[in-house]
Amino acid sequence: MGYFAYQYKRTWRSSITTSFLYPILYLAAMGVGLGSLVDKHSHTVDGVSYLIFLAPGLLAGTAMQIGGNEAMYPIMGAIKWMKTYFAMLATPLRVVDVLRGQLGWIAVRLAIVSSIYLGVMAVFGAVKSWYGILALPAAIMTGMAFAAPIAAYSARQERDVGFTTLYRFGLIPLFLFSGTFFPVSQLPVWLRPIAYATPLYHGVFLCRGLVLGNLSLWPAVGSAVYLVALVGIGYWLAGISFKKRLIV
Amino acid sequence: MIEPADATPAAKLDDAGTSTDRARPPTLTEMSHNAGSVRSMTRPSAPGASTRALPAVDGTEPLIWARGLVKRFGDFVAVDQVDFDIEKGESFGFLGPNGAGKTSTMKMISCMSPLSGGTLRVLGMDPAADGPKIRSRIGLVPQEDSLDLELTVMDNLMVYGRYFDLPKKVIRERANRLLEFAQLTERANDRVDPLSGGMKRRLTIARSLISEPDLLILDEPTTGLDPQARHLLWDRLYRLKQQGVTLVITTHYMDEAEQLCDRLVVMDKGTFAAHGTPRQLIDQYSTKEVVELRFGADEHENIAPKLDGLAERIEVLPDRILLYATDGDETLSEVHRRGFTPVSALVRRSTLEDVFLRLTGRTLVD
Repeated sequence: MGYFAYQYKRTWRSSITTSFLYPILYLAAMGVGLGSLVDKHSHTVDGVSYLIFLAPGLLAGTAMQIGGNEAMYPIMGAIKWMKTYFAMLATPLRVVDVLRGQLGWIAVRLAIVSSIYLGVMAVFGAVKSWYGILALPAAIMTGMAFAAPIAAYSARQERDVGFTTLYRFGLIPLFLFSGTFFPVSQLPVWLRPIAYATPLYHGVFLCRGLVLGNLSLWPAVGSAVYLVALVGIGYWLAGISFKKRLIV
Repeated sequence: MIEPADATPAAKLDDAGTSTDRARPPTLTEMSHNAGSVRSMTRPSAPGASTRALPAVDGTEPLIWARGLVKRFGDFVAVDQVDFDIEKGESFGFLGPNGAGKTSTMKMISCMSPLSGGTLRVLGMDPAADGPKIRSRIGLVPQEDSLDLELTVMDNLMVYGRYFDLPKKVIRERANRLLEFAQLTERANDRVDPLSGGMKRRLTIARSLISEPDLLILDEPTTGLDPQARHLLWDRLYRLKQQGVTLVITTHYMDEAEQLCDRLVVMDKGTFAAHGTPRQLIDQYSTKEVVELRFGADEHENIAPKLDGLAERIEVLPDRILLYATDGDETLSEVHRRGFTPVSALVRRSTLEDVFLRLTGRTLVD
């Protein structure tokens, strides 16, 4: 139906600005600034300079944050505060249309931000392979692997306290320890399996492999299937949550 | 079938309706002679015909047809077995205090909320099966505005029109007309958030009309508005009625019901306490005129018994005594003749408010 394209109008100006600024600031501060220190001591991280190691990690990590954020307050707000979902449901739209529209919009937003991020990375010289273009769908899937299950959760919330918890104990630790800023091999041995099990690890793995062009087929397929499965399960659960919450 | 735990006699009558030999519901004329509590507000059906069977699809079918309609939330029964027909082109009101079940009924009619029991046909279709199709022909003005506050006035209409899959060109053309109608043309490109309550309400009504619906459902359209905004809204709704749009309105403002509704039901605790035209209800449940007498504080309880016989009904309130009478001036003269001199006295025509308060009580409901 394409109606979510209209919702895009609301905030595009501010979102475009931050979409550019965020990667530039991060890559400049962490990649160039911190990276110069890292590179001075150990020369390379996993065989590449720190900036080049970090950039795809940030791409996936940012996709996760956007996917998660867009599936928290906007969804609960549309149910509890603005009642916009109910306005939609007074029209021929069905609950499943509303859900698809919302998730579709998140995917569109992820596509926009990730494209910008990839562009900025290319300017910084952090895209080493033409496979890097495939990092765009990989980043979108990473974001959606969080957005869909979180949408299922948000639709059931009465208050927003759960979001802070989710952020503090979910998204932020993942952002820091899923191979984004340093290889998972640096973690203590007992922590590594946990890191490997997290969706963000697989997102980072895919993005980094594609951008550097050193990805081997089967591990890549495994990670992609994992992310797609999460999106599928999340979508299914979100369908249940939305129906429960919106049809009373 | 649902058996309400505390079935009133009227409810039992409706329960019997599950069998096909149920007596036909009383007609309007019969109803107006029946002062008791009623549940049905249906047009007369052919003698012997089952009222449970679906109505004929021959063009005479009512726009909305409900039998034994029930809505439950857990153990709470919000709508308890009500019957009603709403005809094409009429303006039908649901009156009642808060929590009477009006909004639940509206949500079922607008196919947003599934029935807990009974049968409902809207525009000749079954809400459970044809929800999207029915909703494409309904305009809904919900009790709480659900506008997108971050979008402009115009964009709200554009987005909403897209939900109905209308071409952008058509929406834009209709939106311009509707903004004119809602007196919002000069605010078209402003964000919705800072608009006044009355403007938001008008925009919500304009929005509900973007699909040019056959049926417009308004849930408390003027609650919280100032008198100017209310009168403007009434005027707009009256024009829609003139254009042949069927209006279904809930309200707890009696003047609104008198202004807008051809027929109405008074709803209380999930059932219909009364129904008819505003005039019929006043004739049936109140007298022609009402005399309001005010005496000194605390005197009302003592004076009231001494006024016995002066009016058909006497009601004592903390701040005044109400005498329900056919000729108010005559009654007032009689009060003076009996030697009472109230601090103030007012003779007025009976209104729906008198009916409403008589039927639903003066105790505060929340």
